[in-house]
Amino acid sequence: MIKIVKRDQPSRAIFFLTPVLAIFLTLVAGGLIFYILGFKPFEALKFFFIVPIADKYGFSELLLKATPLCLIAIGLSFCFKSNNWNIGAEGQLTFGAIVSGGVALLFYEQEGFYILPIVILAGAIGGMLYASIPAILKTYFNTNEILVSLMLVYVSKLILDYLVVGPWSNPEGFNFPETRQFSDSARLPLLFEGLRIHAGIFLALAAVVISWFVFYKTYLGFQMKVSGFSLKTAKYAGYKGKKMIVLVFLISGACAGLAGVGEITGPIGQLHREVSPDYGFTAIIVAFLGRLHPVGIIFASLVVAITYLGAETAQIFMQIPKYTGQVFQGMILFFLLASDYLLFFKFKFTGSKK
Amino acid sequence: MHKLFIRSFVSSLVFLFTLTVAAVAKDVKAAFVYIGPTGDHGWTYQHDVGRKAVEAAGFKTTYVEGVPESADAERVLRQLANSGHDVIFTTSFGYMNPTNKVAKEFPNVKFEHATGYKREHPNVATYAARFYEGRAILGTIAGSMTKSNVIGYVASFPIPEVIRGINSFTLAAQKVNPNIKTKIVWAFTWYDPGKEAEAAKALIDQGADIIAQHTDSTAIVQIAEKAGVYAFGQASDMDKFAPKAVLTSVENNWGPYYVERVKAVANGTWNQKDTWHGIGDGMVVISDLDPSIPSNVRSKVKKLQADLASGKVHAFTGPIYDQKGNLMVAEGKTADDGMLAGMMTYVKGVEGDIPK
Repeated sequence: MIKIVKRDQPSRAIFFLTPVLAIFLTLVAGGLIFYILGFKPFEALKFFFIVPIADKYGFSELLLKATPLCLIAIGLSFCFKSNNWNIGAEGQLTFGAIVSGGVALLFYEQEGFYILPIVILAGAIGGMLYASIPAILKTYFNTNEILVSLMLVYVSKLILDYLVVGPWSNPEGFNFPETRQFSDSARLPLLFEGLRIHAGIFLALAAVVISWFVFYKTYLGFQMKVSGFSLKTAKYAGYKGKKMIVLVFLISGACAGLAGVGEITGPIGQLHREVSPDYGFTAIIVAFLGRLHPVGIIFASLVVAITYLGAETAQIFMQIPKYTGQVFQGMILFFLLASDYLLFFKFKFTGSKK
Repeated sequence: MHKLFIRSFVSSLVFLFTLTVAAVAKDVKAAFVYIGPTGDHGWTYQHDVGRKAVEAAGFKTTYVEGVPESADAERVLRQLANSGHDVIFTTSFGYMNPTNKVAKEFPNVKFEHATGYKREHPNVATYAARFYEGRAILGTIAGSMTKSNVIGYVASFPIPEVIRGINSFTLAAQKVNPNIKTKIVWAFTWYDPGKEAEAAKALIDQGADIIAQHTDSTAIVQIAEKAGVYAFGQASDMDKFAPKAVLTSVENNWGPYYVERVKAVANGTWNQKDTWHGIGDGMVVISDLDPSIPSNVRSKVKKLQADLASGKVHAFTGPIYDQKGNLMVAEGKTADDGMLAGMMTYVKGVEGDIPK
């Protein structure tokens, strides 16, 4: 007989194993879906997960795609660890892109080593400013940060629309909704000839290292951890909660803003209406799949990035609808949440009772 | 010497023969990059109908749907160019820069970009349709059918393509009914059924009894059907979504152009050019007219359609005045393509200002 028993303490091993289990279950369920849709499951999975990264170019595209996801998810983990639900990273990304894009346009057709650092900094500040809105409203007016940050996503996209259609649109561009191309000095340098992977990956790696240090080696990290477990305890311990809330939002916003900078000064090279294919939302999945751990987030961002690339390859070579990529992202999150059950409960095998 | 000559002659013959066979038997593969899902019943749907025409003509095709205009477009294009496609159609404005960038790396692959203006490399062509001709037909019907003399118009983005459509529509409506006013609501989207529906409701509340649209979903015609007002379908024949409301639709008919261009690639006659086809070339098609349109309006519409097709009538024939009464096109003159391509002023009779 099998009995379900509550664990005394959540298992640490299972905490890090369930994401792997979730990915495995996603693959099984994905294969099943392909089979039902009339595709050969193993061939489809091959085109989804192996073919896109089988060569140097494909692998560089994987890193390019994972960079913003990793950067945003690292930022979000600061919020999520401390019980602050920032759902608006997409808006912070967009606003960061707007501010840094605006600065890049100021330097139109100018060259100079100092331009790129200013453009990058402007993006981080833009993201921070935008994240400070839900943070301040939460700390001083007790508003719900989920709603505020989420709604601000749509506001940021409307601001971007307005700017690229109106005042910032390319004067030589027949009023199409796009700005001029940034000058080369405002673009992140490419790492290899012929590949699109750019210096933005170092920003993501720096964020990983810094966040690890903050989480596990600093007082702020400890505060965040305690607040994450119990807000009452944090209060009892005398932590100044408001300061911390604003701080984690600012860090999160800066990371999202930098991700926006990476997109517009990296592969895109201008501002237009679609700066990000919802990286800010997908990064929420990445943060949880990575268990809010910096190293876990690296792996999670690679796994989720490949669902984008795989969906394209599978449609080109097997005519599988491209939206299956989103189905895969949804399934990963679903199975992860479902397998969290194992964290708190275990199956106990007992001898049959007669 | 003699033997050697024959041998080389024969081998070169064989070589030539294989070359010809290879050229004739070369399977031309065409790829299509779509901004939305193939089931949107609007913009992407019609491009996919065009793709199917290419398949029916005996060519292999591939498509990728829902490709964002973000950094992803470039990867999809490169992957298509890398995997044996000879011609790639990129069917949204935002693919313009990625198309030109990837075209530079693949000089042997032909690129066809819809609605753009950049042809930076010899293997990039552009194409678009003169939808404003279709909108002149809609304006004629609207001007004849309205009772409130207020016509609603749901617009997407303030770009010349959309302004041109509003103007062409309004001018044609004024020709049959000088008292009409065109009210515009900007939805700032190409495809968002929710927003489009809200825009349509707002226009109906302001007294519009006919709604035209320059957005792609079927939401507007469905709202019109419920409210008991008339509407026009966009991109595809939307009659089945609102049989009473839809008077007619302007259909985007890309098939003939796609087949012609893919054949040109197969024959080696493909060349770089900028195509802007209208009703005459069949790129813009008017769907069947609704039975509720009276016969005198029908005959007007048929005549205008024939005249636009033959070039006897131009949708922008002077005198045309802007909202302030300044002359835009003098009497007896027609607007040239340069003016049409950069059109950013409303004509007289359109209400409101262009968002800046």
